[in-house]
Amino acid sequence: MDDTPIVEIRKLSKSYRRGNQIISVLNEISLDISRGEFMALMGPSGSGKTTLLNLIAGIDRPDSGTITVGGIDITALSETELARWRASSVGFIFQFYNLIPVLTAFENVELPLLLTGLSRKDRRTHVDMALRVVNLSDRMDHYPGQLSGGQQQRVAIARAVVTDPMILVADEPTGDLDRVSAEEILELMERLVHELGKTIIMVTHDPRAAKKAHVIQYLDKGILNAHPQADF
Amino acid sequence: MRILKLIFKNAFRHKLRTFLTVLGVTIAILAFGLLRTVISAWYAGVEASSASRLVTRNSVSLIFPLPVSYKEKIRQIEGVKVVSFGSWFGGIYIDEKNFFANYAVEPKTYLQLYPEFVIPEGQKAAFFRDRKSAVAGYKLAAKYGWKIGDMITLKGTIFPGNWDFVLRSIYKGRDETVDETAFFFHWDYLNETLKQKAPGRADQVGFYMIGVTNPNLAADVAAEIDKTFKNSIAETLTETEKSFQLGFISMSEAIVVAIQLVSFVIIIIIMAVVANTMAMTARERIGEYAVFKTLGFGSFYISALIFGESMFVTTIGSAIGIILTFPAAEIFSKKLSTFFPVFNVATETIYMDILASFLVASVAAVFPAWRAVNIRIADGLRRIG
Repeated sequence: MDDTPIVEIRKLSKSYRRGNQIISVLNEISLDISRGEFMALMGPSGSGKTTLLNLIAGIDRPDSGTITVGGIDITALSETELARWRASSVGFIFQFYNLIPVLTAFENVELPLLLTGLSRKDRRTHVDMALRVVNLSDRMDHYPGQLSGGQQQRVAIARAVVTDPMILVADEPTGDLDRVSAEEILELMERLVHELGKTIIMVTHDPRAAKKAHVIQYLDKGILNAHPQADF
Repeated sequence: MRILKLIFKNAFRHKLRTFLTVLGVTIAILAFGLLRTVISAWYAGVEASSASRLVTRNSVSLIFPLPVSYKEKIRQIEGVKVVSFGSWFGGIYIDEKNFFANYAVEPKTYLQLYPEFVIPEGQKAAFFRDRKSAVAGYKLAAKYGWKIGDMITLKGTIFPGNWDFVLRSIYKGRDETVDETAFFFHWDYLNETLKQKAPGRADQVGFYMIGVTNPNLAADVAAEIDKTFKNSIAETLTETEKSFQLGFISMSEAIVVAIQLVSFVIIIIIMAVVANTMAMTARERIGEYAVFKTLGFGSFYISALIFGESMFVTTIGSAIGIILTFPAAEIFSKKLSTFFPVFNVATETIYMDILASFLVASVAAVFPAWRAVNIRIADGLRRIG
C-alpha cells in the first residue's frame, strides 16, 4: 500500500429534500484513501454510506466540498466529462451484480471496453484476462441466468477490473450471497488489492466482510470515524 | 455491432408482448395501406385522364342529352383534332348486382381518343365491322368468363329491353392505371334501335369527347364550344376530362375525407400502442440504463437502445404489413371491382407506410428515452433488487 492518497475528500456535504424537509446526510466530511488501500465503509442504514460511495464514484453530485481522485477534482467535471472519467477510472461492483441478462458473461465484461476504442481482438484479450482473474474462463458463454449468485458477482468483478481502473467501488458486494460465495468474493477482492494493487472502497453491513479491509470507516449521522480493526 | 445485438436481444425479452405489438403494427399498416389505396382508387379516373381530352355535356345536367348534330359544329372549331361521342347505357348483366360501366360510343373516334385501351388489330377490325359487337375490358371478361365470339345480353334500364352483343374485342390497359372493367359498343346500334322503338330519343348523345391539337389550347377550345351553343336548345358545358372526373369525386368528397381521417386515426392508435410498449420496456429496464450510465455510456447510447428497439419492432410489423398489403389489395380488387375498377397499391402508399412506420417508432420512443436519459443514476440503481 502506498501512502499517497488516491482519493482526497474535503468538507463534503450532501443533503436530500423530502417534501419540505431537508435531510442532511453527509456533513463536511474529509477523508483520504491511500493508493492500494482496501477500505470498508460501515454504519447503520440511512447513515449515508452509499451516498458517500456514489459521490466518490462520480455518479452523484455533492452540495459542497471537493473530491479529488488521482489528482482530478471530479466535482468540477461536466456530466459528459464525468461519464468519460467513470468509464476509465472507476470499476463498480454492486450488491445485485447488475449484469445485463441478455448478454453472455463475455459480453457483459466487454461492455466497458466498448467505450475505449480498442480493437475487437484487443477487447477479447482484455476480457479473457479479466475472466481468468476471477476464474470464470470456462463460463464466458453463459448468460447471467445460467450462473450462480457468486459466479455472477465474479463476472461483475471482472467487468469492474477489465478497464484497469484507478479505484473499485463496491456497494454491499456480498449482501446477496450465501456465506461460502461471500467468502470467495472477499478473497477475490483481497487478491485484487494484494496482487494487482487495486484500491477498493467497499460499503458493507457485514463485520466479517469489513475484517478483510485495511481500514474501516464508520459513518453515523453524517460524521465519519475511523475504527481500528479490533473493534469488529 | 454490440448495440445492434443488444437491441435485437432486448426486443425479444418479452416474446408475447413483442409479438402482440408487431401484430398490432402489421394490422395498422395493412389497414392504413388499404385505406390509402381506396383513396387512390377513388382518384384513379382523375389520374388516368388526359390533358388533351375535353368532355362536353348538357349544361343543365349530365342526365340531359345533346343533339348528335353538334358533332360537326364542334369539329369545325379551331384546335379540335378528334370528336367522339357516347351515351351512358346503364345495362344490367343477368342480375342487378352485376354492375359495370357500359357505354354506347362512336367506335373509331373513341378508340382514337383512348390509345390506352390496347386492342389487337384483328379484334379491332372485327369490332368496327360488326354493329352489334362490343368491347370488354380484360378484367371484366375474366370475371364473367367471356371469350371472343360470346353473345352477351344486357338488360337496359335507361333504354328498356334486352340488348344482345357479340364480344369481338377484349382490351388491356396500356398501364395499371387504366380501367379494365368497362364495356362499350356501337352507338349506331343503340340509335337505330331507338329510331324504331322510341324515335323521340334517337339522334341524341350523352356526352362528347374531344381531342385537342395542343393541351395548352384546351381552355380556349372549351370556351369556344360553349360559346357556339349558347342560347341553343341544349347549351353545353365543356371541361377537361380531369375536371369532369373531379366533379364526380366532389360528390363523394365527404366519404374520401372520412377515409383519410380514419387512416390517420389508425396511425395515432398504433402510435399509442407502441408508445405504451416502449414505456413499459423502459420502465422495467431503468435499472439497466442506470448501469450503462454508471459504466460511462452517454445519453446517445441509451437513446439509441430505446429508439433502436422501437424502430426494430415497428419495422418488422410494418414490413409484414406492407408485404400483406399487396395480396390483400388483390382480394379487394377482385371483390370490389364494381366500385373500384383500378385498385392498385401505389408507390406513394408504400412511401407513406414507411413514413408512418418511422413516425410511430420515433414518437413512441421519445418519452421513454427522455426518461431513461434524465433519470439520476443513484435513483435508477435503487430500482434494482
